[in-house]
Amino acid sequence: MHKEVIIIGAGPAGLTAASQLLKIGVEVMLIDRNDLVGGQLTKQTHMFFGSEKQHASKRGIDILTMLDEKLKQYPNKLTVFTQTTVVGLYNDKVVTCIKDDRYFKLSADAIIIATGASEKSLPFENNDLPGVYAAGAVQTLMNVYGVKPGHKVLMVGSGNIGLIVSYQLMQAGVHVVGLVEAADHISGYLVHASKIKRLGVDLWMNTSVKKAIGVDSVEAVEIWQLDDQWQGIPGTEKQLEVDTICIAVGLAPLTELLQQIGAEVVYIRELGGNVPRVNKHYETSINNVFACGDVTGIEEASSAMIAGEITGIETALKLGYHVPNHTAKLTQLHCDLDTLRQGPHGSKIRQGIAKLGVQL
Amino acid sequence: MRIRQHPILMFTEKQKIQFYYNGKQVYGYDGDTIASALHALGIKNLSHSIHLKRARGFYCAIGNCASCNMEVNGEPNVRTCITPLKKDMDVKQQVGKGRPYDA
Ligand SMILES: Cc1cc2nc3c(=O)[nH]c(=O)nc-3n(C[C@H](O)[C@H](O)[C@H](O)COP(=O)(O)OP(=O)(O)OC[C@H]3O[C@@H](n4cnc5c(N)ncnc54)[C@H](O)[C@@H]3O)c2cc1C
Ligand code: FES
Repeated sequence: MHKEVIIIGAGPAGLTAASQLLKIGVEVMLIDRNDLVGGQLTKQTHMFFGSEKQHASKRGIDILTMLDEKLKQYPNKLTVFTQTTVVGLYNDKVVTCIKDDRYFKLSADAIIIATGASEKSLPFENNDLPGVYAAGAVQTLMNVYGVKPGHKVLMVGSGNIGLIVSYQLMQAGVHVVGLVEAADHISGYLVHASKIKRLGVDLWMNTSVKKAIGVDSVEAVEIWQLDDQWQGIPGTEKQLEVDTICIAVGLAPLTELLQQIGAEVVYIRELGGNVPRVNKHYETSINNVFACGDVTGIEEASSAMIAGEITGIETALKLGYHVPNHTAKLTQLHCDLDTLRQGPHGSKIRQGIAKLGVQL
Repeated sequence: MRIRQHPILMFTEKQKIQFYYNGKQVYGYDGDTIASALHALGIKNLSHSIHLKRARGFYCAIGNCASCNMEVNGEPNVRTCITPLKKDMDVKQQVGKGRPYDA
């Protein structure tokens, strides 16, 4: 099957790119390996942070319903493949997929890669035991499938994900024994941290996991204090009885497909690791292959949605479509992105983008 | 391990789905993935590492890491965290890289 544009990944970035393209009149194929569209939004039951315009104070799951409704207006121009994993991407814009054991090819004039990110793991003894789970995985298990990860949890990492998932664990009736953070301060928003602290969760700074204990799954964890070089201090070990260790130490962009077609990828720590070198039109080093959302740098759903809109418009322009008032629209969208990235929490992403050397 | 009460989400009782785990008849619910159904039954140990035979559970739950690979209906290396549960599925703890699959 051939369409004008293939979008790989139906998270907030892919969905908004799709809705822009459809509005302009472009045919779109949207592919996601999950059985639900929405990416990370499918499990976000909390009120969003960000700006009013990007739906702050709405829940992720409700934002998703809204985006999904928009797409439903274009049944003739949109084809959605769910439970479909893209395994190959070739220079002639051919995409190879697997769905239900079946392997097939699709092709397009332009491709947008919006594959998001994967959660990092953390090195410690026995970190491979069942019961050591990524925070997003725990969130999926609870909020999408309604299953608790365990009874007693230690959270590792005090970024927004660690803080929010701790709160959601408590909402599901799970006991959060405590939260450890290697740095000397909370790295996420303080409002989230105070909320869980008020509910009785101990927040231990300068502390990390020494080892997990258990035979076939986690039965306890040993934590210890770290010195200012982030080295464990012998003698400070403490054992906690837990059956789950939840790892929330950040995400890394999913760039495999981009690397497969030989798109230029650069390592920028502030953006989460290897990211494609995109220009200000969100086009990668390969003609007509675009990328947006967390795959171009770990940020937020709010920014992923704006980047998706920009990428949708830019892709349509590249394919020769006429987009009324595009200059004004694009300027406004870039301006919205700048606003989101203001403030101390945006400093990392600002530094990362500066290293990339373009105006994103 | 199912969530019964939640301040925001509604988890209504769904239709039961029967399947097999290592030959034993067990149940999950409509909407489950294989991994979520097993986890709800308290089964966290899904496979073993290839060389040291260490226990493996899921890690990412979104199809990224292959930590949840199991043998399903005779086919090895199925990512159970993103595979919807279906009636009568034969789910087995995988041994090593899995037996060769005769499709
Ligand atoms: C716990 C948590 C809380 C958060 N809270 C907020 C918040 O309050 N406000 C906010 O703005 N942001 C928040 N975020 C961040 C936000 O969710 C992400 O930045 C955003 O989802 C990124 O969007 P995306 O479309 O780039 O990627 P994703 O949402 O990750 O979507 C990528 C999609 O691509 C699919 N995919 C990947 N590879 C393939 C492949 N090979 N084949 C087929 N499909 C593939 C995936 O299945 C996925 O559906 C939070 C994140 C988490 C984990
Ligand atoms: S747990 Fe990572 S692929 Fe299933």
